[in-house]
Amino acid sequence: MQRKTLRVAGIALLAHLLAVLAWHLTVEIGQLPAFILPSPMATLATLGNSRYDWWTNTAVTAIEVFGGFLIATLLGLALALLFTWSRLGIALLMPLLITFNMIPKVALGPLVIVWMSYGIVTNIVIAFSIAFFPILLTTLRGLRETEPELLELVGALNATRWQVFTRIQLPGALPYLFSGMKVGSILAVAGAIVGEFIGSEAGLGYLMLQVQVRLDTAAMMMAVLLISAIGIVLYGLVAALEALVVVRDARIG
Amino acid sequence: MHVSAELAADPAVETAPFIKLRGVAKTFSRDGVEFKALSDASFDVRAGEFVCLVGPSGCGKSTLLRILAGLLKADAGSTVSIGGPTAPFTPGRDVGIAFQQPLLLKWRRVLENVLLPAEILGLPRRASIERARDLLDLVGLSQAERKYPYELSGGMQQRVAIARALVHDPKLVLMDEPFGALDALTRERMNVELLRIWEKSGKTIVLVTHGIGEAVFLGQRVVVLTAGPARMAADIPIELPANRTLELKTGEAFGAYSRQIYNLLGMS
Repeated sequence: MQRKTLRVAGIALLAHLLAVLAWHLTVEIGQLPAFILPSPMATLATLGNSRYDWWTNTAVTAIEVFGGFLIATLLGLALALLFTWSRLGIALLMPLLITFNMIPKVALGPLVIVWMSYGIVTNIVIAFSIAFFPILLTTLRGLRETEPELLELVGALNATRWQVFTRIQLPGALPYLFSGMKVGSILAVAGAIVGEFIGSEAGLGYLMLQVQVRLDTAAMMMAVLLISAIGIVLYGLVAALEALVVVRDARIG
Repeated sequence: MHVSAELAADPAVETAPFIKLRGVAKTFSRDGVEFKALSDASFDVRAGEFVCLVGPSGCGKSTLLRILAGLLKADAGSTVSIGGPTAPFTPGRDVGIAFQQPLLLKWRRVLENVLLPAEILGLPRRASIERARDLLDLVGLSQAERKYPYELSGGMQQRVAIARALVHDPKLVLMDEPFGALDALTRERMNVELLRIWEKSGKTIVLVTHGIGEAVFLGQRVVVLTAGPARMAADIPIELPANRTLELKTGEAFGAYSRQIYNLLGMS
């Protein structure tokens, strides 16, 4: 088992190295100008440019992504629980939420900025709003997925609602929660960057707009790589937590 | 002491049925349309008896099982009485159920799955674990208690479900097509196993099945239900030897019982 995992990881690493190599060769053989496609080395070299303040900008974007994602997870889970407990809650709020879900959250960006001015908090809100729905909807589905016969089995023993919830529904919904969190983690990154594009004074998205004007394509590439890295770290954390909490066979997606 | 001796000596008490059903009917109404799922089921089950309910889909056998489980209420005028002076029965406590699907909790190991009913009833944990281990031993899975359900075959999962149905020491065990999802050979093997488990545990078992052969093989009595309209057609005592083996299925007596039931169901 351990050896197989190592081999898979090795192959994955190799594939990425090959992709970088292909990138390098494309630039070399194609004689592409640096403002169209800089080489991997040139991209990496921009990290040495202290004017770009990489560390701060990456930290700002990471805070927005993680903050938005965390709030989306907590609120998504809380609302899903509320909906399973309260019929009125679901009857009243669910249609509204479905309609809200149809709104392209990106389109709300300028409005949110009007309401809250721009900054980290605004971008957290945008990241949250886009990551929230998949988490809510998948968790809700998971909570409702319990086999009716299983409920009968414990119902014949007069199980309380709380027992059913803690022993059957909630653990049964965890794979769904994680599935929603994985989708949400990727969307949160997109939300934060969109927020930074629309209006901000820090962050990797902000930096991209700044260096675009100077046609520093290498720095733009580097920013994209760092943005992706934030997403990968978040996704990885979610997957690691899932591996800890959810039994292998119960996982979905 | 004196009283119990007297009770045991009283033939009326000794033969009093554990389950007594008289004119049990169940009508569902959906959107104002009434639908009779079961009518006039009347039969007795003695304590420690193994009774099979057999019949086609829609004959009301699962409905009857749910009435026995206390999950459904029979129509007014029905008599449903479970328990007697020598075999007290507490509704909401003394029922163990196994369904067609094992319905194991995927995130729990085998032992923890078996313990679920004991947890729900709030039984002392240490004693329950001991009992769960004994039951896993009884169903031949003592080596598997640390495994997860996905590591087990369908037949093994169903054994776990049977152990779970017994863990809280219920007086009445209800089974709804417990082997319906298994392949034919595994199913026959499980039938033999179940008889052994029943003999060892001494439980009263009511088992619902489509399989006529299965019903005759397992049951001390077979209650035949027919569909359209759902009603009870017969209550047949099966007088086959106590230590039943699969060989029995090839014999004359077994064939006669099966033929009788096929006839009742209008299938011959």
